[in-house]
Amino acid sequence: MTLVWLILIPFIGGLLCWQAERFGDQAPRWIALGTMLLELLMVLGLWVSSDFSLPAEGAVGAWTLEWQADWIPRFGIQVHLAIDGLSLLMIALTGLLGAMAVICSWKEIVLRVGFFHLNLLWILGGVVGVFLAIDLFLFFLFWEMMLVPMYFLIALWGHSGSQGSSRIGAATKFFIYTQASGLLMLIAILGLVFAHHAATGDYTFAYADLLNTPMSETTAWWLMLGFFVAFAVKLPVVPLHGWLPDAHAQAPTAGSVDLAGILLKTAAYGMLRFALPLFPEASQTFAPVAMTLGLIGIFYGAILACGQHDLKRLIAYTSISHMGFVLIGIYAGTELALQGVVALMVAHAFSAAGLFILSGQLYERLHTRDMRLMGGLWGRIRGLPGFALVFVAASLGLPGTANFVGEFMVMFGAFGVAPWIVVIASAGLILAAVYSLFIMQRVYYGPPADETPLADLDRRETILLFGIVALVVFFGVYPQPLLDTSAGAMQVVQQSVQQVGAMTGGTQ
Amino acid sequence: MSHDAVMALLAISPLIVVSLTVVVVMLSIAWRRNHTLSAVLTAIGLNAALLALLFGWTLGTVDVTSVLVVDDLSRFGGVLVLMSTLACVTLAHHYLEGYEGPRDEFYLLLLSAAAGGLVLVSARHMTTLFFGIELLSMPLFGMLAYTFRDRGALESGIKYMVLSAAATAFLLFGMALLYAVTGTLDFAELGSALSRDTGGPWLLAGAGLLLVGLAFKLSIVPFHLWTPDVYQGGPGPATAFLATASKVAVFLVLLRLFQSTLAFHQDWWHDLLGFIAVITMLVGNLLALTQNDLKRLLGYSSIAHFGYLLVALVVNEGLAVETVGVYLVTYVLTTLGAFGVVTLVSSPYVATGGTADASSLHHYRGLFWRRPFLTAVMTVSMLSLAGIPFTAGFIGKFYIIAVGVEAHRWWLVGSVVLGSAIGLYYYLRVMVTLFLHEPGMQRRDATHDWAERAGGMVVLGVATLVIVLGLYPTPMINWVSWVAGS
Repeated sequence: MTLVWLILIPFIGGLLCWQAERFGDQAPRWIALGTMLLELLMVLGLWVSSDFSLPAEGAVGAWTLEWQADWIPRFGIQVHLAIDGLSLLMIALTGLLGAMAVICSWKEIVLRVGFFHLNLLWILGGVVGVFLAIDLFLFFLFWEMMLVPMYFLIALWGHSGSQGSSRIGAATKFFIYTQASGLLMLIAILGLVFAHHAATGDYTFAYADLLNTPMSETTAWWLMLGFFVAFAVKLPVVPLHGWLPDAHAQAPTAGSVDLAGILLKTAAYGMLRFALPLFPEASQTFAPVAMTLGLIGIFYGAILACGQHDLKRLIAYTSISHMGFVLIGIYAGTELALQGVVALMVAHAFSAAGLFILSGQLYERLHTRDMRLMGGLWGRIRGLPGFALVFVAASLGLPGTANFVGEFMVMFGAFGVAPWIVVIASAGLILAAVYSLFIMQRVYYGPPADETPLADLDRRETILLFGIVALVVFFGVYPQPLLDTSAGAMQVVQQSVQQVGAMTGGTQ
Repeated sequence: MSHDAVMALLAISPLIVVSLTVVVVMLSIAWRRNHTLSAVLTAIGLNAALLALLFGWTLGTVDVTSVLVVDDLSRFGGVLVLMSTLACVTLAHHYLEGYEGPRDEFYLLLLSAAAGGLVLVSARHMTTLFFGIELLSMPLFGMLAYTFRDRGALESGIKYMVLSAAATAFLLFGMALLYAVTGTLDFAELGSALSRDTGGPWLLAGAGLLLVGLAFKLSIVPFHLWTPDVYQGGPGPATAFLATASKVAVFLVLLRLFQSTLAFHQDWWHDLLGFIAVITMLVGNLLALTQNDLKRLLGYSSIAHFGYLLVALVVNEGLAVETVGVYLVTYVLTTLGAFGVVTLVSSPYVATGGTADASSLHHYRGLFWRRPFLTAVMTVSMLSLAGIPFTAGFIGKFYIIAVGVEAHRWWLVGSVVLGSAIGLYYYLRVMVTLFLHEPGMQRRDATHDWAERAGGMVVLGVATLVIVLGLYPTPMINWVSWVAGS
């Protein structure tokens, strides 16, 4: 039942926030914070009490906890939840970033506070559902469901854009991109189910049953593409990234934190959990294409980031760049690379969330996100620029930060499989340094636009930022807890890829 | 009375009850005009008919006469027709309170139309098909033009009448041609005659004309041109009936025709139908994009939805019947929710001389901050129309895609996805309008006691059902698959 509660708590908390608005603006905020901390505590409790030792050779899954109940017997659909190291890490991340999102919008959101937190918590509930569901129908339901509150978050509390792009337009774009690609995944899921039905005569949406569905190579190829496109839109992979800069730029800070920190991770999670194990052969054939797309993403994101004036758009493009590394790591398929992907996902969640929170705080003080109007802030705000330096350093992958660990492991792990891709990708790191230094240079150094000092960080902001910095540095210096937790899950993924046989190399 | 006669009477007792109610309400009007009394009598009659329908479920398939056969599918259709009629009665009562002309006759028309729907879902013969369709449409002319001092309503009624008459002519001509060639009007016999010689040009012409007539009622492209105007102009309760009960009944008879009569197993036939389905969903969705009028938008969206439904007819095997059933249930619930909110916001009726209802989208700006629960209903309806998970609409869409994937009709499945993606745009637009802060615009609002009235409760109930069926669709699926299987 713990797993069910993990999903239900944010939903219930959201409803409470909505109704608590009548007791004033503070009530929903405290309830939302309490809800997310409770969620986080539950996951941490699970983390401490469970054993994530490596599964036996050839095991299908390494579930630490499982829960299932019949739901729609007509099609063999079950409410089937399970948790392993990977989902546990992701849910812990969700709880943590959820709490941060609540804290960072404490002063930013003043209108319709209850309804805002309803949407925020429901997004998180949907995301937790995505990480827990291992019935494909249920997974799809949560996958699509989390879009609705996100849409409202951007459309109702977003900022109107700099160049006439409206927040509603951005929200609609986000929704249509993800929903339409989600329907492609639904088609693929149904194709898989009917293929399984044709082979065995049973309707089932259960992950474990569908894993070894016999099907022709072309079928597998098309179905894999259906999954890949849905995940690629959300990750985002470059030709399908159109929604991301707008959505990030227009979203409120909490929305950006959730979007970059967690929602993008659902895509990587989906690839690791579903796309690779369900279609190992097709994925392996597809791997060079996917890695090339990742490579394009790294450069495209980094180059466009250099040309942005809008601080949040810049950070959004850097996300595209970082997700390129994630994509390469996933399709490299060696255990080291996959572990690196997990580390990179966690690290990116922290660094991107940190940068977005900072840009939110700058916006509260300067009422602009245009970097041409900033400059010289180092002397005007105490505290904040120092934190910015840390996150920028993390974003460019400086050793000692968790991002370095992730990127290094991905490249090291992928080198044996695709040396040239790694060689070219490492050139992308230089671009990362360039755009990161651009941020520092344009925003914090240079001649100040104005001499009046701005409000210092208050205690809430300082504690929040200190927390993230501590995590970035801690996992940069000692990433072992992360790696230990996800090792079992990653080994399962890696085995499913390795069964195909051709995936050799790496460190194995 | 023989056993068979008793069985037959029991089987069509819902129809009898509804017809009796017409008489009772008429007599009560003759005795004393009392709006509430008429509405209550109508509701009692419809509930009694519904009960009779449920008790008749044990009877199995009963040949009432050779032209009217009551089976589980017709009972299923009957439930949908009666339920939506009932919802329309509750909505109409509140709506008509503001109408200064005679109000009671509306219920007579509504009941007669419901009786037409009940005939139609049990039709097994061209005569009953024709009879049912006319009994369903004729009262609708009156209902749509009920508030005839408004230009919009009058236009809507007349437009529907003229075009409907044209469609009827097609229908009759088609039947005549079929009869001239085969010498029979029974669905099953026609079917076997058609399968024996499908090449005959007159047979094909007959079948085609028949299809045109029915396609008009379902507003399938290219016979959809009446839909937006009629939806926009007609009074809320009448439009709600047109969008739900009327379309469900006609679609079920079309399904029956496809199962028995028009089941040509030829590729070009399926390709043609598939093409119609594709253009119906695309045209419906594309035309809805630019609408600023909520009722017109819902009209176009219903065109698109019947395009999706056609996918099941094109496939016509495997899960097809079950898909039609599930989709119709979800469609009826969702549409009742959407039109219910529109009608509640427009209630009580206010004469304007143009379009009386609050159909323009700007009336709904910021509705959430005035009427949160009513807006929740509308939001749920929009999400369900868009097919978002955890609403009943998603289960419907899931079935449509499943049936397409099962039959490997990738073009159709692709168009459903494309249509849904386009559709999202305008559903989202309506949704976000509800939540935007209002500027000082002219606007309409529901009365303060909307939630305590029968109409309000029905609408809230419908929205709850949409959510519940989205979360736990198993009872609905079991019911429909049992109906489809028997």
